[in-house]
Amino acid sequence: MSSLPSHLPMAITPVWSAKSRPSCEKQLNAIPKLARVTAASKLTVRPRPEMVSTGIREIDLLTGGLPRGCLSEIYGPASSGRSSLLVASLAAATQRKEVCALVDTTDAFDPLSGAAAGVEFERLLWIRCGTNSPRRHGGTENKYGPVEQALRVSDLLLQSGGFGLVAIDLADVPVQVVRRIPLTSWFRFQRAVEPTPTVLLVFSQTPCARTCASLLLQMRGQMAVVRHRSSGAPTHTELFEGLQIEGELMRSRLQRKPVQSVRAAFATKAVRAG
Amino acid sequence: MPFACIYIPDFPVEALLRAEPELRGQSVAVLEGKAPLQKVFAVNESAHRAGVELGMTKLQVEACTGLTLRPRSLLQEESAHAALIDCAQSFSPRVEDTACDTIILDVAGLEQLFGPVSKLARDIAQRASDLGLEANVAIAPNPDAAVLAARGFSGVTVISEGREAEQLAGLSVQVLFADKQAPQEKEEAAQFLETLSRWGIRNLRDLAALPKVALSERLGQRGVHLQQLARGETSRTLVPAEPPLIFEEMVELENPLVLLEPLAFLLNRLLEQICARLSACALAIQELRLELELDYARSGADGSADAHVGTGALVSLPRAKSRGPGRAQARQIFHRTLRLPVPLLDTKIFLKLLQLDLQAHPPGAPITKIHLSAEPARPRAAQNGLFLPPSPEPEKLELTLSRIAGIVGENKVGSVELLDTHRPQAFHMWRLATGESQNRRSDKKAKTDSNSNGTCAVTALRIFRPPARATVTLREGKPVRITCTKQKEIAGKILWTAGPWRFSGDWWEQEGWARDEWDIALQQEMGIALYRLVRDSLRGQWFVEGSYD
Repeated sequence: MSSLPSHLPMAITPVWSAKSRPSCEKQLNAIPKLARVTAASKLTVRPRPEMVSTGIREIDLLTGGLPRGCLSEIYGPASSGRSSLLVASLAAATQRKEVCALVDTTDAFDPLSGAAAGVEFERLLWIRCGTNSPRRHGGTENKYGPVEQALRVSDLLLQSGGFGLVAIDLADVPVQVVRRIPLTSWFRFQRAVEPTPTVLLVFSQTPCARTCASLLLQMRGQMAVVRHRSSGAPTHTELFEGLQIEGELMRSRLQRKPVQSVRAAFATKAVRAG
Repeated sequence: MPFACIYIPDFPVEALLRAEPELRGQSVAVLEGKAPLQKVFAVNESAHRAGVELGMTKLQVEACTGLTLRPRSLLQEESAHAALIDCAQSFSPRVEDTACDTIILDVAGLEQLFGPVSKLARDIAQRASDLGLEANVAIAPNPDAAVLAARGFSGVTVISEGREAEQLAGLSVQVLFADKQAPQEKEEAAQFLETLSRWGIRNLRDLAALPKVALSERLGQRGVHLQQLARGETSRTLVPAEPPLIFEEMVELENPLVLLEPLAFLLNRLLEQICARLSACALAIQELRLELELDYARSGADGSADAHVGTGALVSLPRAKSRGPGRAQARQIFHRTLRLPVPLLDTKIFLKLLQLDLQAHPPGAPITKIHLSAEPARPRAAQNGLFLPPSPEPEKLELTLSRIAGIVGENKVGSVELLDTHRPQAFHMWRLATGESQNRRSDKKAKTDSNSNGTCAVTALRIFRPPARATVTLREGKPVRITCTKQKEIAGKILWTAGPWRFSGDWWEQEGWARDEWDIALQQEMGIALYRLVRDSLRGQWFVEGSYD
C-alpha cells in the first residue's frame, strides 16, 4: 500500500478485506488516473509463441525453432554460417507457403544459393538496399544510406503485415555502424511484430537489438571441408565441399529456466554454377 | 412493359458540376464560342432565376453578381454521358442512348430484383446522384411517355398504365420539342409552337383534346404523332445500345498546375468518378493510365513554374531544359501507367499510388489537361482457406512496394527469377505477385523443379556487387597472396586454397565468358574467412566474387 498515491481518499486506504474489496475496487476505478490501471491479478499471461522450423534440424533442436511475433537475432563473424541459416530459414518459410521478405542491406544475397537451398522465389520479396539507389529528379543522390534504407523498408514491411518471415541482413555492415542504430528502432520493430505471426530475423556481426531480441544465437565457423576430385580429374585439384558450423544459444526469453550455454554443430554443402 | 427514363436537366451545367461539385448551389452559366463572341449556352435554375438567359453574351452576363461562368467542355460532357449510361446499365441490360442528356431503359421484370417501380425510380435517381448527376427519373408504360414525364416533371415520377394522358396533361407543349438540337429541327419546332400558340394550345391536355382528323388536315402526320405523344399512346421498340467498356475521365485546366498537391485533389475527383462508374458496373480496375498534357512553352515563358519548385513540385527542370521542345512542340503528353497485380477498386489506394509514382517521375512542365483512363476487370473473388498461411493483402502490398521503390529504387525491389543459363549471377527481377497467381506459379514450379534438398544446409555465398578487383600472387599455379584495394580486409597470405572450378559458356556468342573459381581462406581479426576468388580467363583479371557464410 505504500505505493499508492498520497491524494487517495482516506476511505480506501485502510483494511483490504474480502468484503470491502469490491467497493474499494469501485472507488479505485472512480479515480480517473487509476481507472486504466489493470490489477496485477487480472493481467493475462502471454501465451507462448508458436515456433517454426529454421530449416536446419540441429538449430531447431537447440532453440526449439524461431518464435513467431518475436525478434530473433543471429550474429557472428564472416564465414560463420549466418547466411546459410538465412537461406535455410527462407527456404523453410517459403515451402510452408508463407510470403517472406529479405531486406538486403548490402545487396549481397546470392539467388543461386537460395535456389539450391530450396527457396521458392515466388514467395520471396527481395529488397536490395545499398549504394545503387535511385536518383531523385534533378540528378541529386538518394538521401538515405544503406542502413537507413534498410530500417525504413523494414518498418514499412512490418507495418504492412502479412509476411511469414522478415529478415534484415546487416551481416556485412560494419560493427560501429550497426551499434549506432538507435534502440528505439528495434523497440518499434518488436512492437510492430508482436501481435502478428511474423518471424523477424536480424543478421549481424554483433548483437544490436539488445533487450528487444527474444532469441539470441551466435554462429561460429569451425572448419572448411575439402575433397579431392574423383579419378579422371587433374590430380592437383581439391574442391571446397562445405563448412562445419557451430551455433550457440546465448539468450532465449522463451524458456523459463536460466539459459545454459548450449551448442549445436551442423555441416553445410557448397553449391556451384555450371 | 414499363420503361424508365433518366433525364439530366441543363446537361452541360451538370457535366460541369460533376467535375466541380463545389459549384453546386451557385449560379452557373456555361459559355460557348470563341472569345470575345462567347454566348451563354446553358444555365442552371439558380442562374435562370437571376435573369440569365440562353444566348446572352458574356459581356451581358458578367454584370450579374454571384454568377460563375465556365467555358463549355465537350470532354466533361462525354464523361458525364458515359457515366449516365453506366448508371442505366447497372439496372438493366436493355438501355437506349436517346440523347446526350436522356437515357431510356427497359425495366420490365426488375421488380424481383429492386422492388416496386417507385422504389426502383428512387434507386436510379440515387445512383445518378452518386455519380455526380442530379437526374429526373420517370417510369411509364411506353418509352415516349417516360421521356416526356422525365423532361416535364422534376424528381421521380411514376405513370401508371392507362393514366398516361391524365398525368401528362399538365405539361407544356414545349416538352414535345425539348430534344430538338439541330438548327433545322429547331426551326420546325418553332413553327409548330407558333401554330399551337395561335390556336391557344398551351399544354398537352389541350393538344390531346383536339380532333384527330382536323389536326391531321392542318398539321399532317407530324401533328397526329404529336397528339399521340400528348395522349401517351405511342408505341415503339427500344433501340438498345451497347457502348464499349471505356472508363475514362478528363479535365481541362484554365490555369496550369505545377504542384503535386492540387493535382492530387483533381486526381482524387477523377478517380472517385471512375470508381463510382466501375462500381455501378460491378467491375474493378486492372490498369490505370494517366495522361497529362504539358505546356512547356508556359513553363519557360513566364517562369511561374520555377517559382514553385520545391517540395511536391511537379516542375523541377531548369529553365533552359524546359524550353527544349520549342514553340512548335510546346504541348507534349506525359504518360504513366499503373499495372496492378490484382483488380482493385479503392480510390485512396489509387491516389496514393499515383502520388508516389508522380513523386518518383515528375512530369517536368505545367499541366494543362488531365486524362485518366482505367482498364476494367472482374473484381477479385478469392476466398482464402482456413488453414492457409497468412499473406499480405494485395492492396496493402501494392502500396508498400511502391513506397519501398521510392526508397531503394524501382528495379531494386521484387521477386527474383533465375535465368536458364550457366552464366554466373544471371537472374532478373519482377514484381512480386500475390494470391492465386503466386500459388499457381509456385505449384507449377514444384511439379517441374526438384531442386531443394531437405537433408543438408547449403553453404550460402554473399556476393560482392560489383566484384572486388584483386591482385593475386601465384606459386606453382595456385594463389598464395592477395591484395584488394577496395576491400582492405581482403588482403594478406592465403591460408589454403581449393580449386580451380573451371567453366565457360556462351562462347558461340560475342559475350562469351570463361572463368576459374578458387576458394581461399584468409586470416582476419575475428577469425578465418572464406572467399571465392575468380580469374576471368578471357581478360586475365582476378576479382573476389563473394564470401562464404
